Amino acid sequence: MENGTDRSAASTRAVEIGVAAVILLFGLIVVIDSYRLGAQWGDDGPQPGYFPLYVGLLICISSSVILGRAVRNSALAGESFVSREELKKILTVLLPTVVYVSLIVYLGFYLASTLYIAYFMWQLGKYSWIKIVPVAAGVSIVFFLIFEVWFQVPLPKGPLEAALGLN
Amino acid sequence: MEEINALLGGFSVALSPLNLMLMFVGVILGIIIGVLPGLGGANGVAILLPLTFSMAQQPGGTTSAIILLSCIYWGALFGGAITSILFNIPGEPWSVATTFDGHPLAQKGRAGAALTAAFTSSFIGALIAVIMITFLSPVVASFALKFGPPEFFAVYLLTFCAFVGMSGGNAAKTVASMMIGFALAAVGLDSVTGTLRLTFGFTSLLKGFDFLIAVIGLFGIGEILETLEEGLAFKGASAKINAKVVLETWKELPKYWATSLRSSAVGCFMGIVPGGATPASFMSYGLARRLSKDGNQFGNGVVEGVVAPETAAHAAGTSALLPMITLGVPGSPTAAVLLGGLLIWGLQPGPLLFVEKPDFVWGLIASMYLGNIAGLIVVLTCVPLFAAILRIPFSIIAPVIIVICAIGAYTVHNSMFDVYLMVVFGVVGYAFKKLGYPLAPMVLALVLGDRAEENFRNAIKGSQGDLAVFFSNSLVGGLTGLALFLLFWPLIRTLWRALLGRRAA
Repeated sequence: MENGTDRSAASTRAVEIGVAAVILLFGLIVVIDSYRLGAQWGDDGPQPGYFPLYVGLLICISSSVILGRAVRNSALAGESFVSREELKKILTVLLPTVVYVSLIVYLGFYLASTLYIAYFMWQLGKYSWIKIVPVAAGVSIVFFLIFEVWFQVPLPKGPLEAALGLN
Repeated sequence: MEEINALLGGFSVALSPLNLMLMFVGVILGIIIGVLPGLGGANGVAILLPLTFSMAQQPGGTTSAIILLSCIYWGALFGGAITSILFNIPGEPWSVATTFDGHPLAQKGRAGAALTAAFTSSFIGALIAVIMITFLSPVVASFALKFGPPEFFAVYLLTFCAFVGMSGGNAAKTVASMMIGFALAAVGLDSVTGTLRLTFGFTSLLKGFDFLIAVIGLFGIGEILETLEEGLAFKGASAKINAKVVLETWKELPKYWATSLRSSAVGCFMGIVPGGATPASFMSYGLARRLSKDGNQFGNGVVEGVVAPETAAHAAGTSALLPMITLGVPGSPTAAVLLGGLLIWGLQPGPLLFVEKPDFVWGLIASMYLGNIAGLIVVLTCVPLFAAILRIPFSIIAPVIIVICAIGAYTVHNSMFDVYLMVVFGVVGYAFKKLGYPLAPMVLALVLGDRAEENFRNAIKGSQGDLAVFFSNSLVGGLTGLALFLLFWPLIRTLWRALLGRRAA
């Protein structure tokens, strides 16, 4: 496809090969670590790496099979795993989510969540601030009441809660 | 009958005002979870599990906690049907077959009939499965009391082999997904020798990977990402349901008794086999289409096409709890999360539970009857309310769900690392789902990994490393043999067909 909107960002074959390769690598790590721990029969039974060794070997074998099939299957190369448009949509959610979870430590759960919901409504929903502020703040206040007051499960708090004396 | 007495005792536990209230709370929460995209039975229960920690410490609290969580599960099963019929979005994989006839019915303006048929047949499927659990589980449990480590490992082997052989998907991907689960379960402190495995010096990995985090990330974040790609708008049929439609549909339903019975049987049987609910719903839909008089009308919106998959899915979802309480082997990801809950509350699932905690077991079984009645009442009366949830714009509901997932992940161990891990699992879940790696085997392996390994070690320790211990007597040999048979089932079936084909030719 040559028109810009739904051009493929990655073929299914490329992603299939990539994922299988990562799994294979993971399997190799498991196998190597099992050997380091000792995967044989010790004095008092199997050594700690005995069971993981087989698990690691099975990961290597199964991912190699998947990898081999994907390499040989050229039909998958024409198949789109994700189009550019879709990838863009996913990144507009994924990146803010990564920022959100890394902000929790600094801002506390409630402030970070308010900002996160507000960002979503602003960016994806194109709402006006008159709607965004009450919804985003309201959801966080409801969560605060449920978790801190009702179930007494403390969540990480930040400067805002400290300023309000809610710690 | 001994079981009837025990069950009556269970009813007296489950009928306390607190437990009845929890039942309705659980069912309502469960339906909301089932309706919302990104939340389903497994991660919904996982997120709410930490809230039961303090509840479970009170006397009789574990029973209340399991009633709350299992009712969330029933609610989620009911909720899945709402989205399938009204919005053509299957909330859970086993609701896919419900969309085939459910959504066409709704488009024809018979949404009320489709919903009533779905809820009623779900209820009937669940009821038949609970009756089976009532009478079969004590038998299975007393049988399993004789199990030693080799037998338990053989049961685990059977569970995992069934996944590979019966799932019908790509076997290599099932094995890869499952073994990743086992490897992740091995991370951290090895309980037998006290050595650190696969931690590579990272202190955050000392505790290992908690399967609850994996469930929340894989099913929650992963599903949100997938939904996003498919488009943000939900266009649904309206959910008008009133007493007249309900009664008219109920008058029609007895006609399909044969389909109901057949689907329940398929569901009960497949539910005991792990991962069985989805194939059970497809299988009974297919059977109903082939055997019904109106078979050629299937797909255009016939009530029978809703009855068949819903009965089977709900029967399978319910009977998945049978191996969970009797053997400690969950039949579905949600059952796995419930099993994880039992372990956290300090209960050892397995045959001894029937001997040591009869109140707990029979309270749970009694609550299955009552919870499904509660569920039926709630869904029939409140469908429009629940359907309205899906009309909340995605740009509000999606961040709220991710916030809920983050809270759930954090509260498991009060650790921020788990929240980061949840996001990673979310991306993995998205990629795996799109590439056709099944997620359920990974979750089950993550839950059962340590116990499977422990039993494996104890078994071969007893035999001095000789693997023949898994064939040492008829019981363990039979289980191992059955496991291998299921593992190679696709191969055996192909050979069998080839043989038959040759004879016919």
